Amino acid sequence: MSDQPKIQLRDVAKAFGRKVVLNGIDLDVGVGESVVIIGGSGTGKSVMLKSILGLLTPDRGSIKVDGQEVVGMGTADREEVNHKFGMLFQGAALFDSLPVWENVSFGLLAEKRCTRHEAHDIAIQKLAMVGMNADVADLMPSELSGGMQKRVGLARAIASDPEVIFFDEPTTGLDPIMADVINDLIVKVTREVGATALSITHDMASARKIANRIAMLYEGKIIWQGPVDEIDNSGNAHVDQFIHGRAEGPIKMAVRA
Amino acid sequence: MNPLQTIGRVVLKFLATTGRLITFMALGVSHAVRPPFYPRIILRQIIDIGYYSLPVVGLTAVFAGMVLALQSYTGFSRFSAEGAIANVVVLSITRELGPVLAGLMVAGRIGASLAAEIGTMRVTEQIDALTTLSTNPMKYLVAPRLIAGIVTFPFLVLIADIIGVFGGYLVAVYKLGFNPSNYLQNTWDFLTAEDVNSGLVKAAVFGFIVTLMGCYHGYNSKGGAQGVGRATTNAVVSACILILCSDYILTEMFFAK
Repeated sequence: MSDQPKIQLRDVAKAFGRKVVLNGIDLDVGVGESVVIIGGSGTGKSVMLKSILGLLTPDRGSIKVDGQEVVGMGTADREEVNHKFGMLFQGAALFDSLPVWENVSFGLLAEKRCTRHEAHDIAIQKLAMVGMNADVADLMPSELSGGMQKRVGLARAIASDPEVIFFDEPTTGLDPIMADVINDLIVKVTREVGATALSITHDMASARKIANRIAMLYEGKIIWQGPVDEIDNSGNAHVDQFIHGRAEGPIKMAVRA
Repeated sequence: MNPLQTIGRVVLKFLATTGRLITFMALGVSHAVRPPFYPRIILRQIIDIGYYSLPVVGLTAVFAGMVLALQSYTGFSRFSAEGAIANVVVLSITRELGPVLAGLMVAGRIGASLAAEIGTMRVTEQIDALTTLSTNPMKYLVAPRLIAGIVTFPFLVLIADIIGVFGGYLVAVYKLGFNPSNYLQNTWDFLTAEDVNSGLVKAAVFGFIVTLMGCYHGYNSKGGAQGVGRATTNAVVSACILILCSDYILTEMFFAK
């Protein structure tokens, strides 16, 4: 891990109306590290991720990517920073008007880094990296199952060789076997691309598999973080309750959001 | 409780919506006139908005022309002014009925489908995905549709004009027993370039309104299937109302002496 973190969050806060979602997040993600943020539904995991991606603007605080402040950045600079990023969305978010191969190479075509013909070849190569063969390339996303859409989404996230890949609940909505396949793929491709990874999930099996380091988000703050093998001895009652999935404990689930 | 409070809230909400709409419009237009352009998408939209709307617009126009001839005959025959029917038909069609009826019909067809398509992209995170793939959604989704709307509508209305006048001709000649060459001569003599041009300018404005409303409501939809449904309804209703309002304003501008 080099001195300068790849992504650095300091005192990031965001509220929607009166509802405070993030309340001063401090987080460092080192180069080449895989950090997983765990936390219950509605604790602001997605909001944090979207703030880093620039889809939401935090109310206060600073977010730095490679030491460069990205909060309040202009659109053109923002696009430049986003070139470093790849993102796997929860529902895969494939463009359903485009065939699979064009989905995978969409970013490359948008940045005009290759011709359409080259893009097709690159797409097939990236699909092979996530264990899909060339004949799916010409299908439409609606013809694929949920697990296959996730894989295409992963291929799209790595297509432009990003420096950082974000995973938004990568295993949600998949059966346990497919979830494990996706976890293995995430570990494999991030290593192959040499990327830093930041994931959010509430699936502990997934978190243990893909993380170097785990941080727990609760009530808009990071309440615990540490290496993945220390999670069982965190000494934090909130973390213990979460990783064992107990209804009783310090975390009170709001029955009504 | 307090009626003043209610009025204030409604006014503030109206002003906020107007502001948001104008900002959205300005952003959309500014992206429509700056490169990069997406010719493939513009072409696809032109085919969608123009070519596939031809049956609807043609049917509307032919029946509007037929009814117009029939109705004006019952009125004008009381004053022995049957000769003016050709005049009434061609003026009403080119100035008003062509653009307005075509606008309303296409508002139903295109406004709804744009809002549903873009709204679904919003709730399935496809619009966020565009941003992460270095593509500005305003430029990629909204600008091509605005361009296609402005370019295509005048052609649609020109075709509606011709078909509408032809509908009037059919009824006048085959049902009311007019002399075909006299009827056409009358139509041609009364028609001025200004009549047609004003209709085509209206058409371009209506095309802008329909696509803008579809994009705006789709882009800002939230909350799953229900939100997309609401966006679709709002797009059609607001487009229809704005078409009728702007029709009056444009008529005032063109013909008020």
